[in-house]
Amino acid sequence: MATYQLTVNGQRKQVNVDPSTPLLWVLREDLKMTGTKYGCGISACGACTVHLDGVATRSCVVPVSMVGNRPIVTIEGIDKDPIGKVVQNSWVEKDVVQCGYCQSGQIMSAVALLKATPKPTDENIEESMGGNLCRCATYVRIREALQNASRQLK
Amino acid sequence: MLVNRKLLLKALLFILAVFATRLAVTTHGPVENETIKPTVADGLAAWQDVYSVLISPRCINCHTATSYPQQGDDRHRHFANVIRGRGGRGVPGLVCMSCHQDANADSTGVPGGPAWHLAPLSMKWQDPNDRPLSSADVCRAVTDRSKNENMDGRALLKHHEEAALVLWAWNPGRRPDGTMRTTPPLAHAQFVAATRTWVEAGTPCPPAK
Repeated sequence: MATYQLTVNGQRKQVNVDPSTPLLWVLREDLKMTGTKYGCGISACGACTVHLDGVATRSCVVPVSMVGNRPIVTIEGIDKDPIGKVVQNSWVEKDVVQCGYCQSGQIMSAVALLKATPKPTDENIEESMGGNLCRCATYVRIREALQNASRQLK
Repeated sequence: MLVNRKLLLKALLFILAVFATRLAVTTHGPVENETIKPTVADGLAAWQDVYSVLISPRCINCHTATSYPQQGDDRHRHFANVIRGRGGRGVPGLVCMSCHQDANADSTGVPGGPAWHLAPLSMKWQDPNDRPLSSADVCRAVTDRSKNENMDGRALLKHHEEAALVLWAWNPGRRPDGTMRTTPPLAHAQFVAATRTWVEAGTPCPPAK
């Protein structure tokens, strides 16, 4: 076991966990932040996506010992980000969600895309969001919501 | 008088011996500093060793000709719809470092190294159907300074000796099932020695067929 100081959504958190514990389980089990979802556990589906120093990161495969001082942003804190707020509102406006399980990961990836590419093409969206799976197949609405959010960004 | 002649003879022999030794050193150099430049044949043989490493999965999986990397010893397409993206670093929602950290994550089976990324398309060592290029074609790509980030022989040797992602091939970590990933067919020291011989021979390439 080891003690780690993490910065999650701007707040300092201390956890005492095994160094090999994936960040996902530290968030969910130790910090009780269950907005970030467990999907596949092998970084194949994107449900566990968080931002690590601004990079969309698959938290299920990153041991907590490798986080270091990098700030973590989860779905619980993404509305504090101006682009994150626009994306969340757009998701509601376009009624994207069906079962909702994958959507926190979808939103985290969408925000990362719009931060890097504020006016994405359909190809940009397909490439960037292609690693986030949705078993309800809400892909068409995800694309609409992303385009809608992009139009609202200045 | 006889004694003087003997002394004179000894002195002459000594002077002759010293002169002969100096002549030998001047002509051939001391044995311990003797270096022989490898021949082109030596260089071509060494290149085949280098090539055997370059086309091993730990190296060639990130030297694709396509929009995606490969993984595994069977060199299958990288899972999770991973895309090459700008600079070979993935696309915004899924960059290489979304999963690959600065070091191997053995507890989750994800390999890692500093600034994990694909080699540029100019350094592709495969054809569009994921087949390795021939020894001659890879050699030409590696030595073409318009494609290899302007590296001459010495820079190529340094790259093979020191580049972090090259070194990773010999420390590739564990697979998700806990077993060790395979390493290239030569030890790193052998790879560097082969590269050195090839470079000292003038980086010769096999003829194209």
